[in-house]
Amino acid sequence: MADQNKWDWEIKEKKVPIGEWKEHFEWVEEPYASPDGEKVAAVVNIGEGEFNVCINGETWENPFEKIWYVRFSPDGRLTALVSDTGEWTVAVDGVPWENKFGYVWNTMFGPNGKNIAVAAQQDGEYCMVLNGEPWEEKFQNMTYFAMSQDGTKTAAAVQVEGFGEGEIHKFQQGCFTAAMDGQAWDNRFVNVWNMAISPDNTKLAAEVRVNLYDYTIAVNGVPWEKTFGCVWQPIFNPKSGSVIAPVRVSGKWTLAENGKFLWDGRFFQVWHQMFSPNGEKLAAIVAPKYGRWTVAVNGQPWTATFSDMVTDMVFSQDSSRIAALAKEGEQWKVVADGSVWSNVFDMAWKPAISSNNKYVAAKVEKKGKYTIAVNDRIWSKECEAAWDPIFNSNGDKILLRTVENGQYVRRVLPVTEITG
Amino acid sequence: MAEPAKKQEQEVKMTDEGLEVGASRLTEDKIEKVINQVLKAETGARLKTYVDTCVHCGLCSEACHFYMSNDKDPKWSPVGKVKQTIWEMINKKGKVTPEFIKRASEIASTECNLCRRCLQFCPFGIDIAYLIATVRRICHKLGVTPRYIQDTAHSHSVTMNQMWVKGDEWPDTLQWQEEEARGEFPGLRIPLEKEGADVMYSVIAPEPKFQAQLIYQAAAIMNVAGVDWTMPADMGWDNSDMAMFTGDNEIMGRVKRAHFETAARLRVKRIVMGECGHAFRSVYDTGNRWLGWSRPAIPIVHAIDFYYELLRDNKIPIKEKFKDPVTLHDPCNVIRGGGLMEKSRFVANALCETVVEMHPNREYNYCCAAGGGVINCGPPYKLKRVKGNRVKAEQLMDARARGAKVIISPCHNCHSGLKDIKNYYDIHMDIKFFGDIIYKIMEKPE
Ligand code: SF4
Ligand code: SF4
Ligand code: SF4
Repeated sequence: MADQNKWDWEIKEKKVPIGEWKEHFEWVEEPYASPDGEKVAAVVNIGEGEFNVCINGETWENPFEKIWYVRFSPDGRLTALVSDTGEWTVAVDGVPWENKFGYVWNTMFGPNGKNIAVAAQQDGEYCMVLNGEPWEEKFQNMTYFAMSQDGTKTAAAVQVEGFGEGEIHKFQQGCFTAAMDGQAWDNRFVNVWNMAISPDNTKLAAEVRVNLYDYTIAVNGVPWEKTFGCVWQPIFNPKSGSVIAPVRVSGKWTLAENGKFLWDGRFFQVWHQMFSPNGEKLAAIVAPKYGRWTVAVNGQPWTATFSDMVTDMVFSQDSSRIAALAKEGEQWKVVADGSVWSNVFDMAWKPAISSNNKYVAAKVEKKGKYTIAVNDRIWSKECEAAWDPIFNSNGDKILLRTVENGQYVRRVLPVTEITG
Repeated sequence: MAEPAKKQEQEVKMTDEGLEVGASRLTEDKIEKVINQVLKAETGARLKTYVDTCVHCGLCSEACHFYMSNDKDPKWSPVGKVKQTIWEMINKKGKVTPEFIKRASEIASTECNLCRRCLQFCPFGIDIAYLIATVRRICHKLGVTPRYIQDTAHSHSVTMNQMWVKGDEWPDTLQWQEEEARGEFPGLRIPLEKEGADVMYSVIAPEPKFQAQLIYQAAAIMNVAGVDWTMPADMGWDNSDMAMFTGDNEIMGRVKRAHFETAARLRVKRIVMGECGHAFRSVYDTGNRWLGWSRPAIPIVHAIDFYYELLRDNKIPIKEKFKDPVTLHDPCNVIRGGGLMEKSRFVANALCETVVEMHPNREYNYCCAAGGGVINCGPPYKLKRVKGNRVKAEQLMDARARGAKVIISPCHNCHSGLKDIKNYYDIHMDIKFFGDIIYKIMEKPE
């Protein structure tokens, strides 16, 4: 995360009249707000086959034939995937990377925003591109992209053997592997899926299928000794460097560490496992019963379970609290440490926990209007759009980014203004 | 009823590498182990009840288009197919030969559409399709699956879509369709990755690969109807699932997880899917359950249901109704499996001047013989498939004799299957999706 202490936490309200933009352009697409809330941007059409990005009322110097996937990097620079004369690249604050490609997609950002990566295709070959620099090695196909936690390394599942249409047995011999910074493993697998890079950037772990039936995790190309009926995405233990992944045994799921069972419990599902920032706690989204979902911390599921889904689990900075979203029927709920808010929503977004642990906040939607809720109290304003709320480092103020009556509004409020 | 003319097509026996090579690698030990493992660990009480309950009354036989079209040859009856496959495996406690497995795989994958019509007629509610799907699961675990559909399952495993569509090809195709459509609908958008839209629209991979005009049409309808919609730019956009039909449940689950988690990531209220039958079965029933979701994690709305809503609420202005009399095919997976028969008729009547019913219809409609992955097993089995559905040809001939000129089929596989049938039996009718008709008759900008 970029340094939030440098953001403006004093001025109560800043506005950008984005509603007026449509008078200047053929059309204006959906807006995006910068993390610090100072900027708001949208793709705008300025004539047939001509697009630009409007940011706080100003357009970039040069238009493009196509623009999509406008996203702010964590440091507040504005990126977009842009095309001219049939070539694609990334434009950062309006300046396209020098290198151009046949196509680029899937923008990823490192935590401080300095590193920006995309997947790219050039002449039918694929590679990752980091800050404009493509991998030296190119591949026939590439899927499942990953970035290291510091943003300096990229990885992907890559195809290293060709096979023709219908060549099923060649495929089953293994034509895929994983590559980090373009360096592919020597071992080949039938499939390679989601992967993770170790915090020290020395290891790459990925879900693999070694034949049509046996799944395991491969770390730097070496599969675990044990195989399973299925596996999901691995993560690294931030303290010990061990690899943890959900595995399926006899029709039930649990967590394994370096190939050995870690949790005693068996679940109908286990996924999205995550370590607390201090590395002491391991939580996952689980289904303790068929069709019932919750969060389990160190193998212990919360008592409250939900019928449809639990998503967007997040730890507090001091590792003591967990919040998540739950869905039951049409209702979305916010759950903090196993307790469900009484307010329900038509939609909710990933919760945020204040650094003093006092507050849990989330962007929520009811009847097509967006607002912010903190500790089960709903803010009085109903907005046309809103972005995720952000707490200041003391946890006493909250940054709100909304669109109200055609105006983009950046607001800093004492949290108590919402909680009462 | 007129007897449909048959094209003289030579039956060419093509070998299927998926079955041949697969079977050549088997040992009887391995077969026994795998069969017993699947029967013990994966099937349980349901299978046993079915096998113990069936009284061989044969009431289900006439339900099956294969049986009816093959002059009531008992080996094509639902129970006949079960006898040649899973019962033998159970009776012999898994001690069967590689040759037996090869034939069992062929029967299960190419002689049953898992259409569940026979289930409607069994007094005990025995689900033959479940038994046949278990055979496919066993054959998958033995590595003996027809080549073409196995290749499709491989595509799902690598790309999460059915047709090896690569990561760049998908958004590129959407952007190209968007640009084309802007010529006709100025300012039209196919909003990619628009978080918080009401609807995520999902399709099957043949659309971007071969039938991009269907995406164009869907975009036109969404725009005219003012729907707040989006399409994902990343994996998870394809709702189809041939892994479900090869018995590769693990890949089925992986593909469906990608689909639902993409919808959750985009914060849509619901997923609207194009006119496809089997994909509906996968997202609405089979795939979600394998993952532990007793119902779809994000609500799934089939195109029939979605068009029903739009037309009911007058969201699509119609210039004039479609003039040619139409008949309506009831795709098994959305009609028997999803209960959309009356909505389908509402849509047909709202769009067309004359709707001629086929008989039998609704939940009793005959399958197209393409479904359940059968058409995906490819050319070696095409002739068997069209010959195995003479009853469908007769239904179509009858509807045509009563004036129908166009068949509406809100399912991709049915489309291809019906096209093969009409070509083989020389039936001069057009086949359309609801989307084709809506696009044709809706009001467009001057
Ligand atoms: S094709 Fe349909 S009717 Fe025939 S056996 Fe299979 S499920 Fe039953
Ligand atoms: S109708 Fe039912 S009981 Fe009778 S033969 Fe068919 S499956 Fe068996
Ligand atoms: S393809 Fe269509 S008619 Fe045929 S089985 Fe599927 S849904 Fe049924």
